[in-house]
Amino acid sequence: MPDPFDPKLDPQATITPGDGGASTLATSEGESLEKEPPPGGADGKPRSLWSDAWHDLRRNPVFLVSGLVILFLVLIAIRPGLIASGNPLSCNLAKAGQGSQPGHPFGFDTQGCDVYTRTVYGARASIAVGVCATTGAALLGSVLGGLAGFFGSWWDGMLSRVADIFFGIPIILGGLVFLSVVTSGSVWPVVGFIVLLGWPQISRIARGSVVTAKQHDYVQAARALGAGSGRMLLRHIAPNAVAPVIVVATIALGTYIALEATLSFLGVGLKPPTVSWGIDISNASTQIRNAPHMLLWPAGALSVTVLAFIMLGDAVRDALDPKLR
Amino acid sequence: MGRYVIRRLLQMIPVFIGSTFLIFFMVYALGDPIAALFGDKAPDPATAARIRKDLYLDEPLWKQYLHYMRQILTGDFGTAFNGQQVTELMKSAFPVTLRLTIVALLFEILVGITLGVLSGLRRGRSVDTSVLLLTLIVVSIPTFVSGYVLQYLLGVKWGWVSPSVSPAAPFDELILPGLVLALTSLAYVTRLTRTSIAENSRADYVRTAVAKGLSRRRVVTRHLLRNSLIPVVTFIGTDIGALMGGAIVTERIFNIHGVGYQLYQGILRQNSPTVVGFVTVLVIVFLLANLLVDLLYAVLDPRIRYA
Amino acid sequence: MERRMDQQQTKNLLDVRDLRVEFRTRDGVAKAVNGVTYSVAAGETLAVLGESGSGKSVTAQAVMGILDSPPGFVTGGEVLFRGEDLLTMGAESRRRLRGAKIAMIFQDALSSLNPVMTVGAQLAEMYVVHQGMTRKDARARAAQLMDRVRIPAAQERLRDYPHQFSGGMRQRIMIAMALALEPDLIIADEPTTALDVTVQAQVMDLLAELQREYNMGLILITHDLGVVADVADRIAVMYAGRIVETAPVHELYAAPAHPYTRGLLDSIPRLDQKGRALYAIKGLPPSLTDIPPGCPFNPRCPRAQDICRTDRPPLFTVAPGRASACHFWKDTLDES
Repeated sequence: MPDPFDPKLDPQATITPGDGGASTLATSEGESLEKEPPPGGADGKPRSLWSDAWHDLRRNPVFLVSGLVILFLVLIAIRPGLIASGNPLSCNLAKAGQGSQPGHPFGFDTQGCDVYTRTVYGARASIAVGVCATTGAALLGSVLGGLAGFFGSWWDGMLSRVADIFFGIPIILGGLVFLSVVTSGSVWPVVGFIVLLGWPQISRIARGSVVTAKQHDYVQAARALGAGSGRMLLRHIAPNAVAPVIVVATIALGTYIALEATLSFLGVGLKPPTVSWGIDISNASTQIRNAPHMLLWPAGALSVTVLAFIMLGDAVRDALDPKLR
Repeated sequence: MGRYVIRRLLQMIPVFIGSTFLIFFMVYALGDPIAALFGDKAPDPATAARIRKDLYLDEPLWKQYLHYMRQILTGDFGTAFNGQQVTELMKSAFPVTLRLTIVALLFEILVGITLGVLSGLRRGRSVDTSVLLLTLIVVSIPTFVSGYVLQYLLGVKWGWVSPSVSPAAPFDELILPGLVLALTSLAYVTRLTRTSIAENSRADYVRTAVAKGLSRRRVVTRHLLRNSLIPVVTFIGTDIGALMGGAIVTERIFNIHGVGYQLYQGILRQNSPTVVGFVTVLVIVFLLANLLVDLLYAVLDPRIRYA
Repeated sequence: MERRMDQQQTKNLLDVRDLRVEFRTRDGVAKAVNGVTYSVAAGETLAVLGESGSGKSVTAQAVMGILDSPPGFVTGGEVLFRGEDLLTMGAESRRRLRGAKIAMIFQDALSSLNPVMTVGAQLAEMYVVHQGMTRKDARARAAQLMDRVRIPAAQERLRDYPHQFSGGMRQRIMIAMALALEPDLIIADEPTTALDVTVQAQVMDLLAELQREYNMGLILITHDLGVVADVADRIAVMYAGRIVETAPVHELYAAPAHPYTRGLLDSIPRLDQKGRALYAIKGLPPSLTDIPPGCPFNPRCPRAQDICRTDRPPLFTVAPGRASACHFWKDTLDES
């Protein structure tokens, strides 16, 4: 018997709170009201995922604050001279461990270097490692994961096993072993290592979202119409699979910065004369009882930086997928 | 059930081989164990050749790896360059790190789950918002920062706990290090529990439980919690391996002579048998913890038991 | 209408009077239930008929006291159970009634049963919580219950989990759970919708049989006119949060007094009209955040006049025990 109440015939049913037969549905429907303005609502035309997310983000204070902090950090990473006139490497041992004084608001560290200048210059290494490592891991991970998800079969199985192997190595341990044999103290070995151990995480996300996107009706339709693999991937699947990768990569950027600092702290990441918060925290840690200021400034800068990226990723995820809230 | 376990065990083998080989490769192929052994002195060619032969260093890498694995299977992890048996080092180090991990896990379970349940049941209220913000902040502070800050505040400034740990490392001295080790995971556990509780509290079966006339307390403890904690238990299980491997930073801050300390020393001195041995055991712990999680999952969720 | 209800109050099990429920969301207030009045006597089956969004389930949830709040709020009316208003009752006394005196059967038994508890434990829980029975006794009663709803090998299957049962068997377990404490009133919210057609009839027959045996009141919420005809005594048709027509089941089928009911009946395919195009009610139900003035059905009604767009029709008494919220109920009735 054809059902006169078939919800498929009834677009209102999805945005009408109340009667889905469940009190639980009432809530979820109430929420879908927030995300899907009825046709003709708000600005008169249906919004895409991204413009919809942007609409939410513009009004989200978490997004605005973390975005501004990140802009500022990127700016001083490129041009630290804008707010710090000194040289982070010119130090005066006579002043080692001294506290705040005129012209040197954060005092001096164990080597007699100006803590303020070093904290400002430290942003460069952190941002550089974070951005480069994330770009590398995201590119490698989404290409490998995307192809595995799209083509499936043995390639997919192989990739999963290889990813499992990398997951099996505790990341800090791997970093210690891998980087202890590298003598260069620049950012590149650190970036390389993070990409090496970071891509499996991204590839899993990319694979999952490609597999999901592949099952969508419009992709099946495009395939039925004879679209080639390359065109399918680029035109239909990639745009839909890219959102989760961006979210995870933004959050990962924060954790990569923390990882770089941890490795530098352990003495295998960046090495002097590169200026890094991790190195400064490590040096200051021996003097924490006498001069906690040496540790607190770089540690605070590091934490705020990591926090800004994680919060940005969190806000973007909420905007893209309100169900995860 | 039995077949499930066997299948999982078989799947672990390639991962075990791959992970250990990767570490083996980094230590033996990228580094130079002989040069490390002699430090700054030029090695005496005869001695170097003998050590090379003992460690099969003059054979291809895959053969070295096979020799090494064969030894490990007989319980022989080799000798550190200072003459100490690696197994001896392990006997002193692993119990310490195990205690530290147990303390950290207790924090995750007691504090993390409690906070997660509280905020999940009060979704959108101020308790929830502040717990969420707090977890974000905690996740953002690297362990070595929170470690030093807490050590300074609680240990030095206020004197609530001992700032350092004696070599015996009894449980009571490990409370602060355990908390520091747990912090990041604790924040994840809180967030995961919260999401899971919030999702499940809208599930049909919870509504049924309410319609049965059960008290709110019973609805939460008997129906909601059991379902919501399945993913949390899974996370905590897989975290065992990560905690033991990540203890390296915590152990350094509090000067605890555990696995992380031995590994750190081994890496700094390029003491290859120590490093490879310890990492191999950690990989085994990690894989076994994952297996345990899979089995636990089957116990907790009857739906996958016969799948 | 009012007088009839007052006279019947003593023997009515449940009297819902002018019940109002709204959902407060960020995008406005959705008025899901707007003054619903109905009653059920012991041993009687009332079918509440309506499409998604008509407020039939929300009304039931408000009666049961399991409305999700927020966003759902009861903003007015009374729910009298044996003359006592459930809405003003203390939370604890109301909880004791739930499951014991008023029980509910849900649509999707698979998601409505706890997936990680054995069905035995879920059934026994009723006796443990409400009657303080020991676990052992409660399990024995649970086995009897499962036997009563004709689940084969009841004793052994106590240990099984919901996913190990077929859809029909699961719904029998839901029925058993509702029946456990021999309640006075059972609210069944689309109890057979999720089942195969062949199983639907079995489950419905079982429910009807048990209802007669225990002389319970039954509120059967459904959108399936076929189910209604077989088991219901009376029908209440809901539209946009209101009752638009209420009548004894056979009278309503014979001659509907509301154009909406008429449209529903006409959209059932009939063998004697084979070859003719199937009738469909034009348009869509209104959004609950924006219910049109006048009669809420007017935009879709073939009979709509100016008065329908301005004046909201009250429930006119059509005959003893019959009412219709249509200005032109007489014309509609005569046409049939």
